[in-house]
Formats: sequence, C-alpha cells, structure tokens
Amino acid sequence: MGEKRTLELALATPGVDASGRPVRVPLGVAGDAEPELSTENMLINIGPQHPATHGVLRLVVELDGEVVVRVIPHLGYLHSGFEKLGEYRHYNQIIPLTDRTDYLSAPANNVCLAMAAEKLMGVRITPRCTVLRVIACELSRVMSHLVWAGTTAIDLGAFTVFLWTWQEREKIYDLLEEWSGARLTTSLTRVGGMMADVPDGWTGRLRTFLAKFPGVLDEVDTMLTRNGIWLGRTQDVGFISAADAISYGLSGPMLRASGVAHDLRKDRPYLDYETYDFEVPVGEHGDVYDRYLVRMEEMRQATRILEQALDRLPDGPINVDDPHVILPAKHRAMSDMEAMIYHFKQIMEGVPAPVGEAYVGIENPKGELGYYFVSDGSAKPVRWRIRPPSFINLAALPLMAEGHLLSDLIAINASVDIVMGEIDR
Amino acid sequence: MNGATPHPSAASLQSQFGSAIRRTLVSCGDTIVVVARERSHEILRWLQETPGETYDYLVDVTAVEYRDRERPLEVVYQLWSLSRRVFLRVKIELPKDQPLEVDSVADLWRAADWLEREVFDMFGVTFRGHPDLRRILMWETYAEGYPLRKDFPLRGRFSRAEQVRQALAIEPESNYSLEELSIARAQGALPADMRERLEKDPRRRVR
Repeated sequence: MGEKRTLELALATPGVDASGRPVRVPLGVAGDAEPELSTENMLINIGPQHPATHGVLRLVVELDGEVVVRVIPHLGYLHSGFEKLGEYRHYNQIIPLTDRTDYLSAPANNVCLAMAAEKLMGVRITPRCTVLRVIACELSRVMSHLVWAGTTAIDLGAFTVFLWTWQEREKIYDLLEEWSGARLTTSLTRVGGMMADVPDGWTGRLRTFLAKFPGVLDEVDTMLTRNGIWLGRTQDVGFISAADAISYGLSGPMLRASGVAHDLRKDRPYLDYETYDFEVPVGEHGDVYDRYLVRMEEMRQATRILEQALDRLPDGPINVDDPHVILPAKHRAMSDMEAMIYHFKQIMEGVPAPVGEAYVGIENPKGELGYYFVSDGSAKPVRWRIRPPSFINLAALPLMAEGHLLSDLIAINASVDIVMGEIDR
Repeated sequence: MNGATPHPSAASLQSQFGSAIRRTLVSCGDTIVVVARERSHEILRWLQETPGETYDYLVDVTAVEYRDRERPLEVVYQLWSLSRRVFLRVKIELPKDQPLEVDSVADLWRAADWLEREVFDMFGVTFRGHPDLRRILMWETYAEGYPLRKDFPLRGRFSRAEQVRQALAIEPESNYSLEELSIARAQGALPADMRERLEKDPRRRVR
C-alpha cells in the first residue's frame, strides 16, 4: 500500500568508457529489485470482429496475467431466425436456408434436410441419388476440413498450409460449381432427389482431383505433423476427457479425438454407408493435436469413400418417379397439361407431409447435424429444429480453455471448428 | 417399418414408472415417450443411469409449439445410447394455462446447459435448477418476447423504427452479463456513470 509503484528505467548513457565506447547501463528498475506488480485480474473482450474467433463469436475473458481464468462466450451476432423462417416455407424452400447455416459444408446440409423431409413423407430415393448424395457428403467433409486445417494453421502462425488447403478447396468448389451452378450456397438436393445430375465428364474430373489430393495432404502432413512449433502449440492443449466429451454432447472429430468411437455413418448408417469400406479415426489424448490428426485422417478416408462411390455410381434417374413430390421437367411443364397442373400445385401449394415428426441426424464434418421436423399435415412444417453440432461443441470451450494461456485459447477455439452461421442460425 | 418391433425401453419405462408414462407412440419409425412433467428429471436420470438403458448421450433438447393453440407446448429430449446404439425421444407436455416450467437436466448432461438456455430464449420455458438461465442467441435485455412462439410475428413485435431506436440507445453495459459486470466492479474498472445506471438495470429485478 501507500507508496506509488514506479518503474524508472535508466535509459541514459552516462558516458564513455576507457576505450571510447558508450557505457551500457542494463535496463532495470530503480530502487527495489522486485517491483510490486499488480495481481488484479483483467477482463478483456475478444470479438465479435476478430479474425481468430472464426466469425462473429465474442469471448469475454478474465485473465490472471496471461492465464485464462474464465471464458464467457456471447453468441447471437449472426442470429437470423432460420428455424422461424422454416415454419413459413415449403420443405423444398427450406433447402436454401440450410446452405447458409454451416456454409462450409452446404451440400451435406442439403442432403440432411432432404433426408429428414423424405423420412417424414415416406419417400424412397433412387439408387443413383443415394450414391450422388454420398459424394456430396464426402466432398463437404473434405472441403470443411480443408478450411479447418488452413484457418487453424494460420491462427497458429503457419501461413503456407492455409494457401495449400485453400487451393484444394477451390478445386472442389469448381467441381460443385459445375454440378450445381453455385460454389458456396449449392442447394444441391430436392425432396425426393437432386437438383441436377452431375454433368458429362464430371466423374472423370473428380477422379483426377482424388488422384492428386492425397499428395497435398502428405505435404500438409510434412509441414505440421512432426513440426516442433506445431507440436508445442497443440499437444496437451485443450484437453477434454471422454466422459466430459460425452456429457457435453460433443460430436464429430471433437468426440472421436477424445477416444469415443461414435460415428453415425457406422452406428446409425444412412445412405448405405454400411456398404462402404472405410475406417473411423479415433484419438486418445483429446487435445488439439489429436483433433488435427483425426481430421487429417478423415480427409483420407473421405477420399476412399469417394473413389468407391464413383466406382459404383449406377445409371438411372436421380429423382423418384412421383409427380406429387418432384417437379416435372421444364419442357413438359410447358407443353403437357397434366405436367403443368402438377407444377402449378407444387409451386402454389407445396408438398404436404403427413401428420407426424421425423429426426434425421447425419455425420457432418463438424459433428452430428440433426434436422427435426414436426408436421401437422400441411405443406409447411410446424417446427424445424436444427441440431447444430458446432453450437454444442462450442459449449465445452470454457472447460477446455480455462487454466490455459491466452494464446492457447485461440488454438483451442480453432480446434473446435465452429462456424457461426450454424451456431447463431 | 412402423411399429414392427416395439421399443424395448418403452416397455421397461411403463413397468418402472406406470402412470407417469403418459403415452408411447411411433412416428416415422421413431419411438416417442411422453412423460409426466413432475417426474421428468427422475425418468431421464433413470434412462441415463440404469444398466440396460444407458442413454448416456443427450443429442438435443428443444421445444415444439403447435399451430393449434389448444395443444400443449412440448419439450423434446433426443437421447442416444452410445453402447447400445439405440435412439429414444422423450417428450414433456406443458399446458398453456400453467406456467411453462420443467426441471433442468443440466446436472445430468452438461450439454443441456446451452440447449436449455436456447429453449428458454426462444420459447420462454423456465428450467428449474438450471445454473445460468439467461438468453443465449438474443441479447439479455431483448424485450420483444420469445421468437419461436407461434404468437410471435415473423418480423418481430416492434416496428423496424423502434428496433433501430432501441439499438441506438443501448448502453455499453448491456453488452455484458451481470456476472461479467460484477467481475469488473470487483476490479474497480467500472466508470461511475455505468455503476449508477447498473443500480437501475432491469436485469437485477429479474433475478
């Protein structure tokens, strides 16, 4: 108490020594050797506009020196009321909304929405559509994990990886652009089928990509997996135990990195995933490094699934043969009376779903994405619930980050792989 | 697929809890168990802990309000057993003429913490015993009501002009929770005018 703390630095050069060089006075504190440093904690605000929060996440952090004492996340800066909007739309009209939730894996969201609506309506899709949807899901996984690897590496100061992964993601976006006309907001599916079949020669171009892509993963692997700085920044950082991961409801790579082998593609298979030959990587330490390894291996396994899907892709229609669900072809709607009436009814009245409710959860890149529809028999759902994997994964951030350094908080937050469009919805 | 084999947990719940299991139904192949609100916490704990049930993974907590105003609001728990790979949906009905209250399960699954906050935020359901029941997606001083309720208009209750006026009139302390403000106050970091306004903060009355 009492005396004011002062830090007087002797910066002046008192003179020259015998050989004519300026005398160096070491920087130090005048008076006591140990200054009386403040021990008060500090409250700082990170975001919502901060590149390391991956969107508009805002964290209020209580710091003791550089050690994080508490993390209090604030959400909702991107809240758009998608679930409310869905109640005012026909089932097919909801698909563009799903593009904008987890916008880094839009095709997989589209697939999940179509599956949920089909479960509600009892529609069975065609074999070609099933395989095309697997391709859409696995391309999403690769795309999303590439963004994750790039942004996480750049958060930790590795710029090169960011450029490499972005380049590969760009190639997938070119493929998606050919398929759907859009890069980010694909709206790839329709209830009962797909928006479009893949164009001629597309499967060949996907094969070309798949042939070269593992080489890029190898390069990223060379850059990071045994890199001393990367190991120091990620190993034993952001640990979460298997029991905690289950209690927090974590899913996807976050859960598997903690050693829980739960993957919906294996445990509750959909789209015939049980017939594909692939492995589910599982970590054992539950830290940032294991999450990195899990996601890297998932990209390799996705490549395997994509190759198998291309091998088995059957010919045939992509849409179910049901004029109540699927719009007639444009040329028929313009020339055929019956087709025009079906077109008119679907556009004006929508496709009614029977009374009931359906939940479909699929293994999205970020975890279990679930869509829950409740129908009262009309063409618009009573309730459309999104089970957002990154929202639930982010809830464990305070547990993982408290007690770590502030710079580790950035690494841990990056390792959760959040996308705010989905968290805030 | 529908009703081909009855869900094993439905029968064991019926024998264990009797009349507290209001209904069991099947929709699109999924089994739904509607349970009494008074015993919901006990039933969910039983489902989580009992060997042979072990619904250890809480997939989701949400709520449903129907367009038919007479129907009760429903709180929905989606459960998954990691070891047995079984899915179960548990529902609690909350009649509209009674307070929308239900016991929190945040002590059973930490996942319920944020999920229940979201249901509170969007539907106005109070979860008794929740450690930190605050709005999560909307800001804490949001005054227009509960957005996912059916009587809430799509564009909100206030006019756009009123929403803009309120946004411009916002004070800095509204961007922080009371807990954060108390940390700052303990550090003596709150400006005098902010301390004065905080004495009259409406959130203090809510607590």
